[in-house]
Amino acid sequence: MSPHEAFADSLLAVQPACPPGLITWNGSDPARRFAVYRNNVMVSLIDALADTCPVTQTLVGEEFFRAVAAEYARANPPRSPVMAHYGADFAGFIEEFAPAAGLPYLADVARLEMLRAEAYHAADAEPVSPEAIALLAADPGRLPAARFTLHPSLRIMESRHAVVSLWAAHQGDDVYSALAAVDTALPESALLLRAGLDVEIYRITAATATFIRHLQAGRGLGTAVDLALAADAAFDMTEALGLLIRAGAIGGITHPEGEQT
Amino acid sequence: MIGNASPAPGLPARGGVGLKPEHFRDILASAPDIGFFEIHAENYMVDGGPFHHYLGRIRENHCLSIHGVGLSIGGESPLCEAHLDRLARLLDRYQPESFSEHLAWASHGGAFLNDLLPVPYDAATLARVCAHVDRVQDRLGRRMLLENPATYLEFAASTMAETEFIAEVVKRTGCGLLLDVNNVYVACVNHHRDPYAYIRALPPAAIGQIHLAGFARDTDAAGDPLLIDSHGAPVAQAVWDLYAYAMERLGPTPTLIERDNDIPAFPVLLAEAQRAEAIMNEVDAVRPQEALA
Repeated sequence: MSPHEAFADSLLAVQPACPPGLITWNGSDPARRFAVYRNNVMVSLIDALADTCPVTQTLVGEEFFRAVAAEYARANPPRSPVMAHYGADFAGFIEEFAPAAGLPYLADVARLEMLRAEAYHAADAEPVSPEAIALLAADPGRLPAARFTLHPSLRIMESRHAVVSLWAAHQGDDVYSALAAVDTALPESALLLRAGLDVEIYRITAATATFIRHLQAGRGLGTAVDLALAADAAFDMTEALGLLIRAGAIGGITHPEGEQT
Repeated sequence: MIGNASPAPGLPARGGVGLKPEHFRDILASAPDIGFFEIHAENYMVDGGPFHHYLGRIRENHCLSIHGVGLSIGGESPLCEAHLDRLARLLDRYQPESFSEHLAWASHGGAFLNDLLPVPYDAATLARVCAHVDRVQDRLGRRMLLENPATYLEFAASTMAETEFIAEVVKRTGCGLLLDVNNVYVACVNHHRDPYAYIRALPPAAIGQIHLAGFARDTDAAGDPLLIDSHGAPVAQAVWDLYAYAMERLGPTPTLIERDNDIPAFPVLLAEAQRAEAIMNEVDAVRPQEALA
């Protein structure tokens, strides 16, 4: 085992450990000093997760959150120095974390917060001009073949729980009352988008989520509408498209020639 | 070896402050008269969004230092080329007046530990660190500054003093030094050495920038003081004194106030940067010319 390997293993070990070969000027136990590094590493990794997932932390309390985050960090230290992306699979870890089983929505709240962090740092793009939208609307015959380039920050999430309502309840002053009004068992879907500097989170229907996912995958508008209608006959294209336009989610419109959709 | 590759004109010999997202709007609104800002490179290795939005605007009016915290120059394995590529893109985009990194390691076996971990000062480590500094300077096409570490432990394997090690890296690679005066103080208290002698032992001509920060107090297993480089407090008086001594030796040098925890309002940090500026100017006015010798 190389010196750094022993050092790294001891930093992440559950039980306080001290690698060999360390000395102190006064002959005191190096383990006490090594603990500073252990603490630095664990606190910085846990803080990174807490910064990304403030609502998840509030839902379970700081002590519980830090315990889950510590277990996650030990088993899944970052693989890159770019910490903005740390914790991509943290939600999956929470899902399997037995002590959190009593809060079945917790993992999805963490998932939503991770997507929010992704959207926050995603590439910039300008929305298409109102003229381009007007042009599209003026020629209904070309609508089904139209394809959209969506904003790089756009993320879609579908949950069996009321994740958007749970998240939104934590954005105001009276979290307790807002939370009491949330039926956590209601399935919700979310659209996340950073059009300017702030990430907006919209509650959308499952059919709208399906619709946007297919647009995002590069399918024509007609195909995306058909697939959304197949998921839910009540799907309202005007409303869904209106949301994308208002939110600034559409960055480009193309009309491939001879497109069959 | 890169000789005289320090990019002109360089940072001004003034006070600067670490740029924090909490202060973005305040800085744009107040357009402070400040020497420079410094960012942690890794925080800006993202595709877009508010970080680049604000940094781009702040950069238009201010000098910039880019300070890496993730290269793991003291690491056992070769430097991560993908990370060097990210750094090269960031430097290309913002054209900073200075680029610096640490004498420390953070990555091992694919894991990034997000801390500045210590290295033994022996011949093998020296050869590795020099090879890594050479690679950084080759890849980025510029001279880098290497920062002295705050450490809590020493290695039985060390065969030379930290200052000897650092001076040798400077000699072999032509890199410059970022003298973190707080780190000098913290490490010298922790290892029972003389911080003034430490500063005297470094090659003065190589020092291109200074860092100042606050520390936290703890004790080791014997009850002796153990200072923690917390970046979470104002600069301590003992560190200001040591800084004034460094300025006597070096003359006015770009000096950064670092604050990464318990971050106060921007004017509080600006006032510390102004205090550094006042010290470097005051000392410079009475400094005998031979102090440089």
